[in-house]
Amino acid sequence: MILDDFLVRATLAGLGVALAAAPLGCLVVWRRMAFFGDATAHAAILGVALALLLSTSIFAGVLVVSLLMATIVSLLSGKGYAMDTLLGVMAHSSLALGLVAVSFVSGVRIDLMAYLFGDILAVGKADLAVIWGGAALVMALMGWRWSRLLTATLNAELAHASGIDPQREQLILTLSLAIVVAVALKVVGVLLIAALLIIPAAAARTLSRTPESMVVVAAMIGVAAAVGGLQTAYWFDTPTGPTIVSLAAALFALASVLAYVWRTALRIMAARPERSA
Amino acid sequence: MRLLSIAELDLALGGHLVLEDIHLDLERGEIVTIVGPNGSGKTTLLKSIIGALVPQRGCIDKSPGMVIGYVPQRLHLDATLPMTVSRLMRLPRRRPRHEIDTALERAGVTQQASSQISDLSGGQFQRVLLARALLSSPDLLILDEATQGLDQQGMADFYRQIERVRQELGCAVLMVSHELHVVMRASDRVVCLNRSICCAGTPERVAASPEYRAMFGLDDEDALALYRHRHARPSLEIAP
Ligand SMILES: Nc1ncnc2c1ncn2[C@@H]1O[C@H](COP(=O)(O)OP(=O)(O)O)[C@@H](O)[C@H]1O
Ligand SMILES: [Mg+2]
Repeated sequence: MILDDFLVRATLAGLGVALAAAPLGCLVVWRRMAFFGDATAHAAILGVALALLLSTSIFAGVLVVSLLMATIVSLLSGKGYAMDTLLGVMAHSSLALGLVAVSFVSGVRIDLMAYLFGDILAVGKADLAVIWGGAALVMALMGWRWSRLLTATLNAELAHASGIDPQREQLILTLSLAIVVAVALKVVGVLLIAALLIIPAAAARTLSRTPESMVVVAAMIGVAAAVGGLQTAYWFDTPTGPTIVSLAAALFALASVLAYVWRTALRIMAARPERSA
Repeated sequence: MRLLSIAELDLALGGHLVLEDIHLDLERGEIVTIVGPNGSGKTTLLKSIIGALVPQRGCIDKSPGMVIGYVPQRLHLDATLPMTVSRLMRLPRRRPRHEIDTALERAGVTQQASSQISDLSGGQFQRVLLARALLSSPDLLILDEATQGLDQQGMADFYRQIERVRQELGCAVLMVSHELHVVMRASDRVVCLNRSICCAGTPERVAASPEYRAMFGLDDEDALALYRHRHARPSLEIAP
């Protein structure tokens, strides 16, 4: 069967995560929530530790802790702490707590590096089912709520006037973020999940005229980075997660240069007829 | 038939009472302007009407099925969000092309449908937001200092446009404004707000009232000048 090939499984895993990350990453960028994604991901290591201690599934542990942390931050924000301070405290304390908790897990040999940097080449069929299940759920959520999410992102009052509750949309976004973090853990690891959300979206910005085209371009860049990064890592024997993110960063640089050249060319072309006239 | 009825409304923000004992009724098709100094709670009142803020006390009765079109005081579009005028017009609901064109025309921006929002001037963006609010065929149009940053001519044009919209759609208009003399001319009713409503009525009555003069620190001469100004320049008067 085709899924017996570990490279095929890895590619499919990367595809799933890249596709789900595209709409989510764009919303995170537009709403300036980049640090939020980062913090949720850091909290995930505590989820890993708790799952190992309680012998439950890693996915469930990560999901619960990510959701918990998102809820706490939402509740505490605006109550005397700035959002970035709050996120900083939560992210790093849960990462530290997670690393300490892991050391208590006796008898289980865990490769912590696999959770920090991901281990996409070790994705099994069950992992693949979880990744695609989560990714499909997030994509369905995004598709269903897209107009409402976008309106709430534009302006909370405009959303209210159109009968949309911006707080509910925020909750849906946070929930989706937790799901993607849990799902992407195996692919790029805790430290680089936020990169997979932000970098393709950022690269897509200069190439897009509408929110939807930005999502599509972000998805293409994410997929290219995942597939290309996987191949590169395989042939050059480099760590896979970091290679994928490095490739995404290279595409970001390329998109920036292209946009700059394009704008300059337009300016020169616009200036020329004036001179001849 | 009454469109909106606000009674005994109190609203606190950050522990301070921003609105106190507000009573306000709106009839279908009338233009009501709220005036008041900065920080007097005008924006807060509008936000409570659209449901973005919940009052501590009192009630806001809306006629069933009432559609509100809202133009906010300030709308900052994040630079990372690419957005064209025609996409903005389709948020949150899809609209047929001809409806969008009609709304843009009503608001006085026809050439910009495919422009990026970030390429528009402040006045153009305000008009696009007005067009978007008109798309839903509102029963009530709410404008929060919509003419901020427009010059005198632009302002007069804008209010003429509002009057035309009212006639074409039959919607009521509730707006906040600082441009006193223009407002006076363009409204059926004026409400002076300073945490609570200190006076309300026809523009003439409000302009002559001592509460209004005290609020804006006008002496008798100024108020008279305002009133004369209103009657002296028929060229700016809105054609019925
Ligand atoms: N989120 C908030 N938290 C606390 N106070 C607020 C908040 N928003 C507005 N206020 C206060 O409420 C008062 C009324 O504000 P606002 O309705 O914006 O006034 P206006 O639109 O008349 O200038 C002001 O004193 C302002 O400082
Ligand atoms: Mg205001």
